[in-house]
Amino acid sequence: MQKQNKFLRGIRHSWQLYVLLIPALAYLLIFHYAPLYGIQIAFRDYNPGLGFTKSPFVGLKHFAYFMRSPQFVTLIRNTIILNVLRLAFCFPIPIFLALALNEASNARFQKLVQNLTYAPHFISTVVLCGMIVSFTSPTTGIINTFIQAFGGKPIDFMGQEGWFRPIYILSDMWKDTGWSSIIYLAALAGTDPSLHEAAQIDGASRFQRILYINIPGIASTIIILLIMEFGKMMSLGFEKVYLLQNSLNLPVSEVISTYVYKTGLLGAKFSYTTAIDVFNSVINCTLLLIVNKISSKVSETSLF
Amino acid sequence: MNKKVYRSEKLFNGIVNVILGICGLLALYPLIFVVSASISDPTAVNSGKVVLWPVGFNIKGYKAILKSKWITTGYRNSLFYTVAGTAINVSATLMAGYALSRKDLYGRKLITLFMMFTMWFSGGIITTYLVVNKIGLYNKWYTLIVMGLISVYNVIITRSFMSGSIPLELQEAARIDGCSDFQIFGRLILPLSKPVIAILCLYYGLGHWNSYFNALIYLKDKNLQPLQIFLREILVQNEAVNMSSDALDTMIERAMMAQTMKYSLIVVASLPMLIIYPFLQKFFVKGVMIGSVKG
Repeated sequence: MQKQNKFLRGIRHSWQLYVLLIPALAYLLIFHYAPLYGIQIAFRDYNPGLGFTKSPFVGLKHFAYFMRSPQFVTLIRNTIILNVLRLAFCFPIPIFLALALNEASNARFQKLVQNLTYAPHFISTVVLCGMIVSFTSPTTGIINTFIQAFGGKPIDFMGQEGWFRPIYILSDMWKDTGWSSIIYLAALAGTDPSLHEAAQIDGASRFQRILYINIPGIASTIIILLIMEFGKMMSLGFEKVYLLQNSLNLPVSEVISTYVYKTGLLGAKFSYTTAIDVFNSVINCTLLLIVNKISSKVSETSLF
Repeated sequence: MNKKVYRSEKLFNGIVNVILGICGLLALYPLIFVVSASISDPTAVNSGKVVLWPVGFNIKGYKAILKSKWITTGYRNSLFYTVAGTAINVSATLMAGYALSRKDLYGRKLITLFMMFTMWFSGGIITTYLVVNKIGLYNKWYTLIVMGLISVYNVIITRSFMSGSIPLELQEAARIDGCSDFQIFGRLILPLSKPVIAILCLYYGLGHWNSYFNALIYLKDKNLQPLQIFLREILVQNEAVNMSSDALDTMIERAMMAQTMKYSLIVVASLPMLIIYPFLQKFFVKGVMIGSVKG
């Protein structure tokens, strides 16, 4: 009785706040929880007439089919390689940029470089890919103009599968290095100034102070972001890969998300591709948990 | 100061400045090149004579773009989706963010969990597509506005801002004066939330303007497509811009203009964001900071 009263009082007290929450909660319910409920079709043969819950149950058929399919190894390999490369190259650069920006002696110059490096972030993925296609064109592209100016032969970058990964990584770097450095700059601003003063009195050089004060100061930020990157390992951004894909680079550019889109939505194999999505999420989750565990053991920093 | 220390200090600053200078130039160069190429003589662009500054002058590329029916349609659609979508996104986010910032909200922990859960677990594109189809949202003029109504990340930024920088005493005082929660939200919280409103407008606005994935999946009607879809056809898939015949005289001229026109198109499509960006940059940065305090 007492408990029910508390519940009713709570509701009555907060009802206006609940009204404010309605649009957000309704949206999440329809566009996030309903699809989440729908992933059960990964274990069924989805039939639009029967819906999510009434389609015949088939167990792990779709998973088995995916694992035995000829694309399985290629898809996993392409997805992982692209992501490992991204992690290896695109993840550390913003940290270096932030460390360098933090050392800039002239405040106006620092602001200018910040503004310049943030700017590419505001360009859309489609435009970025359009720029890539134009810049790398073997006949009119600026990159080949440079190559020819130095006596090289023009290269058909988009027509060779070997160039797909470098193009993907380098353009990612151009677009987001500046932007990603913001969070490290914020963390650097939070390091204790008294540490620097003490180090200066002890005769530490600027480089030593970066190494022993600044980097340890942002280490927890780096680790948290790294763990989160691992959690996204298998779910590569669909847009850019799809846009840069063509028949010539397909052997290395077909990743799980693009395959799911093409086979699932364009090919209407809903159950099969939902199973791939689920498979993917399970691996992501496992990776996240493993890396989180390792990190909490080794560095005492973890997400949860 | 000791002379040796002074010299190493100078050297260190020099190296830092050179590194930063290179980073800045690398970021800037492609942008300058695109603008230069868009106003250069097409022959110079095609033969690789444009390297940094414009060679010759012509704005035929821009003229051709303005005459293309689909580009103007896409531009208009994108403007509509961006303005209407952002207005609705920001309203819903502010409302939810405020409710969650109130420590006396009954069931606050549960509701927060309900929201945060979706940041980690999602149904994937296939089942989302099936749900959207089921509720009749496929290929409607409001599809892109309703999809992505709120981003939970932004709700959390809003919540952190409101609970962090608006004193609770103010709300208490207003309540004692007889204000309802709605009134506190409308008359007290909103006027004090201008910085976070700016951040939300920018995040959502940029997202709408640049988004193409949802349009690719959920829109079929060409008249409803946003600019990014047409950009993909022209810039990435190299489809010829559909123009009225009087814009460019001959096939040869059309072929010659292709590159210049693409660069013009990139400028036109990115201009709104690149123009407002320098003025609003500090708000974006502030958003990242608020978001990073409590992730």
